[in-house]
Amino acid sequence: MDQLLGMAFDVFRAAGNGIESIAQAGDRGIIAHTIDYISRRSDLILELMLEHLWLVVLTLIIAVTISVTVGIIISYYESFAQTVLGICQVLMVIPSMAMLAFMVPLFGIGFTTGVVALVLYSLLPVVRNTYTGIRELDPAIVEAAKGMGMTERRILFKIKIPLARPVIMAGVRTAAVMMIGIAAIAAYVGAGGLGELIFSGISRGHQPMIIAGAIGVSIIAIAFDYLFYYGEKRFSVEGSTREGN
Amino acid sequence: MIKLEGLTKVFKGHNIPAVKDLNLEVNEGDVCVLVGPSGCGKTTTMKMINRLYEPTGGKIYIRDEDVLQMDPIKLRLDIGYVIQEIGLFPHMTIYENIATVPNEKQWPKDQVKEKVDNVMSLVGLDPDVFKNRYPSALSGGQRQRVGVARAMVSDPSIMLMDEPFGAVDPITRARLQNEFLRIQERMDKTIVFVTHDIDEAIKMSDTIAVMKEGQLVQHATPSDLLSAPADEFVSNLVGRNRSIKRLHLIRISEILEDVDRAPAIKDDTKEEEVKKRLDESDLRTVIVVDRDNKLKGVVGVNDLKRKTGEVAGDYYQEVSDTVTDDATLNDALSVMLEIGEGYVAVVNEDEKYQGTITLGDLLNVVREES
Repeated sequence: MDQLLGMAFDVFRAAGNGIESIAQAGDRGIIAHTIDYISRRSDLILELMLEHLWLVVLTLIIAVTISVTVGIIISYYESFAQTVLGICQVLMVIPSMAMLAFMVPLFGIGFTTGVVALVLYSLLPVVRNTYTGIRELDPAIVEAAKGMGMTERRILFKIKIPLARPVIMAGVRTAAVMMIGIAAIAAYVGAGGLGELIFSGISRGHQPMIIAGAIGVSIIAIAFDYLFYYGEKRFSVEGSTREGN
Repeated sequence: MIKLEGLTKVFKGHNIPAVKDLNLEVNEGDVCVLVGPSGCGKTTTMKMINRLYEPTGGKIYIRDEDVLQMDPIKLRLDIGYVIQEIGLFPHMTIYENIATVPNEKQWPKDQVKEKVDNVMSLVGLDPDVFKNRYPSALSGGQRQRVGVARAMVSDPSIMLMDEPFGAVDPITRARLQNEFLRIQERMDKTIVFVTHDIDEAIKMSDTIAVMKEGQLVQHATPSDLLSAPADEFVSNLVGRNRSIKRLHLIRISEILEDVDRAPAIKDDTKEEEVKKRLDESDLRTVIVVDRDNKLKGVVGVNDLKRKTGEVAGDYYQEVSDTVTDDATLNDALSVMLEIGEGYVAVVNEDEKYQGTITLGDLLNVVREES
């Protein structure tokens, strides 16, 4: 017990030292430095944020289009599904640095490489959620639709996709937030965005730069998460008009 | 109307056929109930008629047309389909749910609206109240009604129903059954109805097809099935208390006119007159109705002693339950047992008093029939 307390104490002391050393980084403290940096270079930061946003939005559109299509297709071919989901799983566990490095010989250095790598990363959550969202629908609903004479196409667009939409959107939300983080690393292969700020901050030992980049990434991530949360509430028609009995 | 010839279905990976060499004919306007234990192939048989399952062998004809040569989508659009789980679309309103088939058939909008309103009223759901609700806001019984309405909206001449009243409590179930029979009397559809409940089969059917291990054991009218079961399996299925089951076959309205019982009294009848009528009554009670012949309650001998007043309206007690005249004698019996009385008051749809049925009346019917 004493040993445990001692260990806890060590951890606290180490954390305290860390904060102190950050605070001692300059005469006026790191926070003031950062605010100063942000106000001086607000043009650059805003430009990089927009670049970052563009990278994420473009990737998201491509990734969701591919993933939803793949998810729908594998929901019809059960034997195929596990293989496809397995591949997506493997893609996702590759460390992001390694994935970006793999892409460079194929697509060179630049924006395209970043987009391709990010698309490959974000396949799994959306493919998997589309697939399970459709597979786990109440079979009675699908049977009733079929028995009444709806074509497979109509069942897909009028019944399956609308009912699976909340699950699909949850996947998109996961993918988006994940992608915003990884997009920062994509600056490593010249894809641009807030990652540039972070990487050059690291190489120059310029802490306010790193923090400014991190804040920018966080703002985008929180904004996206809120946007999806709000969208989910707004579009769940059943929720807004449902009456009690 | 519907003819099955040597129908066989073997599912992939199974050696034993689910349905084997089944021959069955259903006449136009008849309700044919497929009944049997679970796994006997009754649902499989039904699903082959609208080709949700493709038969392995045999033929299906509807109006002498070979079903297996028809476009399955077209075929299904013209056959009403109700399943036990109902399968309402949770993201659509009741209106949109019921309008599914008309929309698939691309009917003009105002025609769809008119038909949906009609069919909702027919199954006892007020369109103005329920139209814009979602299935989650409905009770089990109301959902079953929507399921039936959705199947009937385009007026198909054939309906397939797989335990359509299976998922509700017994009282709601009896009510839905009676309502459905009332609708069917007017609509005269050809119906294939699947159930594992022999009582329901006897009540709903014109003919009963008993199935066992994928084969047809007996196809007969309910009355014939009760009096002449083909083999031990059928007689076990209908059970030992066949005379009670016969009570399913007779509606209250059929015996009500033969029952000779003193009429009800109005609620403004004077006390003297009430006393006189009580003495004459074989039940020691009299039914009290209002001026519009609506049931108010019942007056017994004790009520006169316990309370004071001048007219029948001062004395009556409300009755705990009634039956409608389109219910079966079996329904009447279960209400009597439930309220613990030897009689039950019969009312019509508008709650107007129609007469009283006693245990003795039921006994007489059973005696006559057997």
